[in-house]
Amino acid sequence: MTDTAATPAHFEAHADNAHHDADHKPGFFVRWFMSTNHKDIGTLYLIFAIIAGIVGGMISGMMRMELAEPGIQYLADWSGEEGDAALHFWNVLITAHGLIMVFFMVMPAMIGGFGNWFVPLMIGAPDMAFPRMNNISFWLLVPAFLLLMGSAFFGAGAGTGWTVYAPLSTYGEPGPSVDMAILSLHLAGASSILGAINFITTIFNMRAPGMTLHKMPLFVWSVLVTAFLLLLALPVLAAAITMLLTDRNFGTTFYDPQGGGDPLLYQHLFWFFGHPEVYIMILPGFGMVSQVVATFSRKPVFGYLGMAYAMVAIGVVGFVVWAHHMFTVGLSLNTKLYFTAATMVIAVPTGIKIFSWIATMWGGSVTFKTPMLWAMGFIFMFTVGGVTGVVLANGGFDDIVHDTYYVVAHFHYVLSLGAVFGLFSGWYYWFGKMSGRMYNEFLGQLHFWLFFIGVNVLFFPMHFLGLDSMPRRYPDYPDAYAHWNEIATYGYWIMLAGMAVFFVNTIWSLVAGKKAADNYWGEGATTLEWTLSSPPPYHQFNTLPKID
Amino acid sequence: MNGMTDSRLTTKNRRSAFAAAMLVAGMVALGFASVPLYRIFCQVTGYGGTTQRAEAIAANIVPTGRVITVRFDSNVSRELPWNFVPERHTDRVAIGAREMAFYRAENLSNHAITGSASFNVTPLAAGQYFTKIQCFCFTQQTLQPGENVRMPVTYYVDPAILEDPDVGDVEEITLSYTFYPVDEPSSDG
Repeated sequence: MTDTAATPAHFEAHADNAHHDADHKPGFFVRWFMSTNHKDIGTLYLIFAIIAGIVGGMISGMMRMELAEPGIQYLADWSGEEGDAALHFWNVLITAHGLIMVFFMVMPAMIGGFGNWFVPLMIGAPDMAFPRMNNISFWLLVPAFLLLMGSAFFGAGAGTGWTVYAPLSTYGEPGPSVDMAILSLHLAGASSILGAINFITTIFNMRAPGMTLHKMPLFVWSVLVTAFLLLLALPVLAAAITMLLTDRNFGTTFYDPQGGGDPLLYQHLFWFFGHPEVYIMILPGFGMVSQVVATFSRKPVFGYLGMAYAMVAIGVVGFVVWAHHMFTVGLSLNTKLYFTAATMVIAVPTGIKIFSWIATMWGGSVTFKTPMLWAMGFIFMFTVGGVTGVVLANGGFDDIVHDTYYVVAHFHYVLSLGAVFGLFSGWYYWFGKMSGRMYNEFLGQLHFWLFFIGVNVLFFPMHFLGLDSMPRRYPDYPDAYAHWNEIATYGYWIMLAGMAVFFVNTIWSLVAGKKAADNYWGEGATTLEWTLSSPPPYHQFNTLPKID
Repeated sequence: MNGMTDSRLTTKNRRSAFAAAMLVAGMVALGFASVPLYRIFCQVTGYGGTTQRAEAIAANIVPTGRVITVRFDSNVSRELPWNFVPERHTDRVAIGAREMAFYRAENLSNHAITGSASFNVTPLAAGQYFTKIQCFCFTQQTLQPGENVRMPVTYYVDPAILEDPDVGDVEEITLSYTFYPVDEPSSDG
C-alpha cells in the first residue's frame, strides 16, 4: 500500500537513483529468468527478436543464394537430400522465414520489446498491470520458437508456407513437422493474447493523473489499437489451426470436402486473422515514427487526434477486407467489388498519417540524426509499398499478379522495409534510454544508408519480376528472370553489410558508448521517459507524475 | 491523487482483464461457430456453387421455353473402389422444367461399401438457381460387392437465373459429384 501524493518534485525524485540502493535489483537468475520488471522483459523480448531476426535473415540469405541464378544450386547440399526431398527443403525455408519474421521477430520486437519498455514509461506507470503474466507472455515465446525450429528436425520439415493452407496442411503433408509448427503458432498466439490483455489493462487503468486518452503519446495509442487487433484476430487463428490439427490427427473434416468440409473456409478464417495481423506488425511502427518525427522536428506531431483515430480506423477497417488475399478463389463479381473498394478505403487513414508526418516536418527545425533517417526511410518505403498495395487491391489486376513476385515486393516494402525501418528508428531513438550509453552516430548512419540501398536493390526488381509473371514460392525459374534475380541477390549482400555495421555499432556502444544524458534529444523529446535517468531506475514513478 | 488505492487499482485491473479475456473467448467461439455458419451461408446464398433443395417444383415455376445445357461430371475418391459415371454427359433442358438424369455406380471390390457424394455446380454463381428435388447425394449409398445401380437426380433450373446479370447469359451449367467412402477406407482399396 503506497500512500502517494503527487508533488511538484516528482521528476527530481528520480534524478539521483541510477546507483541507488533502493533499486533492489535481484540476482542474475531471478532478474532475467523470473523477471516481472517491464523493462527487463522488454530487453528479453528485444534480445529474442534479434536472435530470431538473425535466423530469419540467414534463411533469406540462403533463399537469395539459391535464386541468384537459374537452376538448383544449393538445395541438395543444404538438405542432404535429393530430388523432391531437396525441393521440399525450399518450402521449409520459405515457411520458416515467413513464420519467424512475423511471429518471432517483428511482433516480439514491436509489441513485446518497445511496447513493454515504453508504454509504462510514457503513461507514467510504475510497471505493467500484470507483471507475472508479462513474464509468461515472454517465456511462452521461447518454447514456441524451439517447436518451430525443432519441426525441421522431426520429419521433413514444415513446408506449408506461413499461411498453412489446407489441404496441403491437412492430408498434403503428414508427419510431425507440420503439427509442431501449428503448436508453435498456438503458443506464440497465447503469448500475444496475454500480452495484449496486459497492455489494454495497463493503458486503461494505470495512466498517471492527468494523462487522458487524448493526451497519450501516439506510440501508446498505436500499442492500444494493436492490442485490440491481437485480441480479436488471434483467437480466430487459434480456432482455425486447432481445426487443422484435428483434421490432421483426429479424423475430423472441417476443411475436407469428403466429410462435408471446405478448404476455402480455412482461407477465410486465416485471412480474417491474417489481414489484421499485417496492421499488428505495422501500427507500433507508426507510433514510433510519430514520436521520432516530432522529436527531430522539434514540433508536436501535426494533427494529433487525426493521427490517433487514423490508427483506430485502420484497425477497424482492417477487419473487413480479408478476402482481398483470396481474389482468385472464385469469389463472385460483387464480392470482389466490395473487397476492392473496402481495401482502397484503408488508403485514406493511411494517407492521413503520411501527410501528417510530412506536415510535422514542414516548418520544423529538422535534424537528421540516425533515428530520423530511419523514420524518413520508413515513410518513403511505406508509401512505395502502399502504392503497390492500392494497385493490388484491384480484384481485376490481382487476378494477373496473384502469387507473383509483385506481391512479394509489395509486402516486403511495407514489412521488411516498413516495419523493420520503424524498428530501427525506435532502436536508435531509445538505445541510449534503454542501455544508458549512446550509439555511434557515424555507424548508425552508415547502417542506415547500406540497409536503405541494399533493401531497395533487393526488393525493387521484384516488381519487374512479378509484372513479368515470375511466380513466388519456387526455387527455380526460366532464364528470362535471371537478370533481376541476380541484382536482387546483390542487394541482399549490401543489406547484410549494413546489418554487420548494426551489430558492430550495438556491441561497441554497449561497451564503450558515451554515457547517455537523461534527455539526450533535447527540447523535441517531450514524453515522460525523457524525465527519467538513462537507463531509468529499476522501479520508476513510485511517485506518480502529474500531467497538466 | 487521493483515493486510488492499490486494492482499487487491482479490482479495476482484474475487471479490465476479465473483459478482455471474455472478448478472446467470444472470438474463439466465433472462430469455431464459423464452421456451421459458413455451411448455412453457402446453402442460403448458393455460394461456392452450392445447389438448392426443394420438396417439389414450386407451383409458380413454369417452363420458360429457354433451353440450357447441363453437363454431368463425376469423380471418385482414390480410396473408394467404385466406378461412377453419368449415363449421359450432357442434356439440353428447358429452364423451369422438372428434369431427371441418371448416374451409374458399380462396386468393384469384393465387400459392401457405403459412400456419399459431395456436389456443386459451376459457374459457382448458378448454385442458387439449380434446385434438386431428389438426389442420390442426399443420402448415403451402400453397394454390395459387384453391385451395379442406377442413381437418379431430379432437378430444375430456376427461371430466376435469366434475371441475374451475373449468370443470365450462361449457356451451360456443370453439375459435379465426387463420391467419398463413408466407412474406414478399405484395406484392399
